[in-house]
Amino acid sequence: MPTPASPTPPGGHLLEVRDLHVEFRTREGVARVINGVTYHLDRGETLAVLGESGSGKSVTAQAIMGILDTPPAYVRGGQIRYRGRDLLTRSEEERRQVRGTEIAMIFQDALSALNPVFPVGWQIGESLRQRAGMSRADARRRTVELMDLVRIPAAAKRLGDHPHQFSGGMRQRVMIAMALALDPKVLIADEPTTALDVTVQAQIMDLLADLRRDLGMALVLITHDLGVVAGVADRIAVMYAGRIVEHADVHALYRAPAHPYTKGLLESIPRLDRRGGALSTIRGLPPNLMDIPAGCPFHPRCPYARQVCLDEVPHDLVLAGGRTSACHFAQEVHDDRAG
Amino acid sequence: MTAPASPTKVRGETILAVDELVKHFPITRGVLFKRQIGAVRAVDGVSFELRRGETLGVVGESGCGKSTLARLLMRLETPTAGRATLEGRDLFRASGGELRRLRRNMQMVMQDPYTSLNPRMTVGDIVGEPFAIHPDAAPKGSRRQRVRELLDVVGLNPEHVNRYPHQFSGGQRQRIGIARALALRPEIIVCDEPVSALDVSIQAQVINLLEQLQDEFGLSYVFIAHDLSVVRHICDRVAVMYLGRIVEIGTEEQIYQRATHPYTQALLSAVPVPDPEARDRRTVIRLTGDVPSPADPPSGCRFRTRCWKAEEVCAVQDPQTVPRAADPHPSACHFAEVRTDV
Repeated sequence: MPTPASPTPPGGHLLEVRDLHVEFRTREGVARVINGVTYHLDRGETLAVLGESGSGKSVTAQAIMGILDTPPAYVRGGQIRYRGRDLLTRSEEERRQVRGTEIAMIFQDALSALNPVFPVGWQIGESLRQRAGMSRADARRRTVELMDLVRIPAAAKRLGDHPHQFSGGMRQRVMIAMALALDPKVLIADEPTTALDVTVQAQIMDLLADLRRDLGMALVLITHDLGVVAGVADRIAVMYAGRIVEHADVHALYRAPAHPYTKGLLESIPRLDRRGGALSTIRGLPPNLMDIPAGCPFHPRCPYARQVCLDEVPHDLVLAGGRTSACHFAQEVHDDRAG
Repeated sequence: MTAPASPTKVRGETILAVDELVKHFPITRGVLFKRQIGAVRAVDGVSFELRRGETLGVVGESGCGKSTLARLLMRLETPTAGRATLEGRDLFRASGGELRRLRRNMQMVMQDPYTSLNPRMTVGDIVGEPFAIHPDAAPKGSRRQRVRELLDVVGLNPEHVNRYPHQFSGGQRQRIGIARALALRPEIIVCDEPVSALDVSIQAQVINLLEQLQDEFGLSYVFIAHDLSVVRHICDRVAVMYLGRIVEIGTEEQIYQRATHPYTQALLSAVPVPDPEARDRRTVIRLTGDVPSPADPPSGCRFRTRCWKAEEVCAVQDPQTVPRAADPHPSACHFAEVRTDV
């Protein structure tokens, strides 16, 4: 399946998700949460995965990390290739070796992701002692370096403080320091600034961008915020009902979205830089994942929907510049930007 | 439904006046003999006027006191000091029947549509509950009909009157909360972060509904939010709060185009704009550090510890929220000026 922008580098992509399917088996029925997600990531780039609640953006990340709760979640198909090798076929022990050292993740809610009863210095140093086999003194030294790296003031003095003694922004920095401890090549950030105020959000996004550049990491930024994406991402993958509906270079996507869902999202957000009349809305609600509409899952909410949309699931159409859109009328939507 | 505004009520006149409102929460120590060792100054001298038919936005970061302000206006908290008058009547002195009448005129929409609706009550009972407290608002026989009308007004199917909250999505639940707030035909609705728990595609639907209801019923909104883009869209005037104070207040245009307070300027510059081309064009002001504790605010200007303009006078003299030479809207900064580098 084609994906936009960067041509495949020699040796393949750093991280590649291919046709991933995940379902949740619950008492009420089977929810098809991920329905064929394909994306890739190369060294040093920032990919934004954008979607609303229930779109499957976080579940994809959890599948990559191998931290899905099973049951109820089951991977039903597809591949997750890291440096050319499929992670899904490896043993738990082998996956453990990848987690943290190769791919690390930070979460939205730093307060519940950190252990309240241990000092933060101990928590950051845990993987250094357990995984890198450092002595306690070495781990402590490295922990202070990491805390400096994420710009926690007076790091050496704060080693012994507990999570509740830190503000929201500082806690998020602690979690970033933990993720960076084993020098990963890929950092997955799941809504890293959603719980933070705007001025702190700006600080954290700056920090992530700087770290990505200085450490040469690749960053997957999972978010629902079209503003945050515009500020940092190279490429963007838009998810809806467990599928990637549009995948494009960030400039191209904001200039002219090629999927009606992306278009609807961009038109429905109030803008700080202009004041308009009534907001245009996307009608209806996101689909129930236990009963996804036949054909294109977006058709009940789509102003472009025609008969073919009810009958056939749209494949990724490749448009100019290598961008893709899973819409039967992608070119029409793309050309149809009403100012 | 008919609009509550009678012909004598003039659009634009002051309907709610808040004067030097203060709420301090005591910090106590000791179990048997509690003694107060300090106070969290959640709201510390807030004054503003709300005019009939307008939307006043209250913005600020977490801990600035905006939700406490909402709770004070609803009389869910008792103020430490200060006054508020609703159509000339003292909001905090009222009791008994008078308080009930005042409350009927001012209703609230809460942030979280998941916890602000009783899961054991049907939608009909939730929306109709205000009539049990204010029986004269709708005669007993007509209540069911009124509830169905209300559901229709907020865009819900009146047939769903017997369903429970869990059968609705987040956006629909927020509509239920709005229907409940409208039941007594209030003139003022205090909205505390009404769309921040909703997904982007649903947010726009609820914002449009609030605007449409305002036109239809001549409502005045106090719109509390942290999302400056939403506030710009919906508000006529905006008050910016920092550590329990209003640091700047003005029309939408004055705040968003000609802000003079450094905090407002930093806040606006930090909001991500959904336009990748703006990445290099915008100059973002990076504030350092965190908001100080409201239990121990800095002397003088409260923003000085994070302000790049701060000088000695800022530590000594508390700047009043008054019109400044830079622009004729009130701003609490000794060095107020319009930013020119954007």
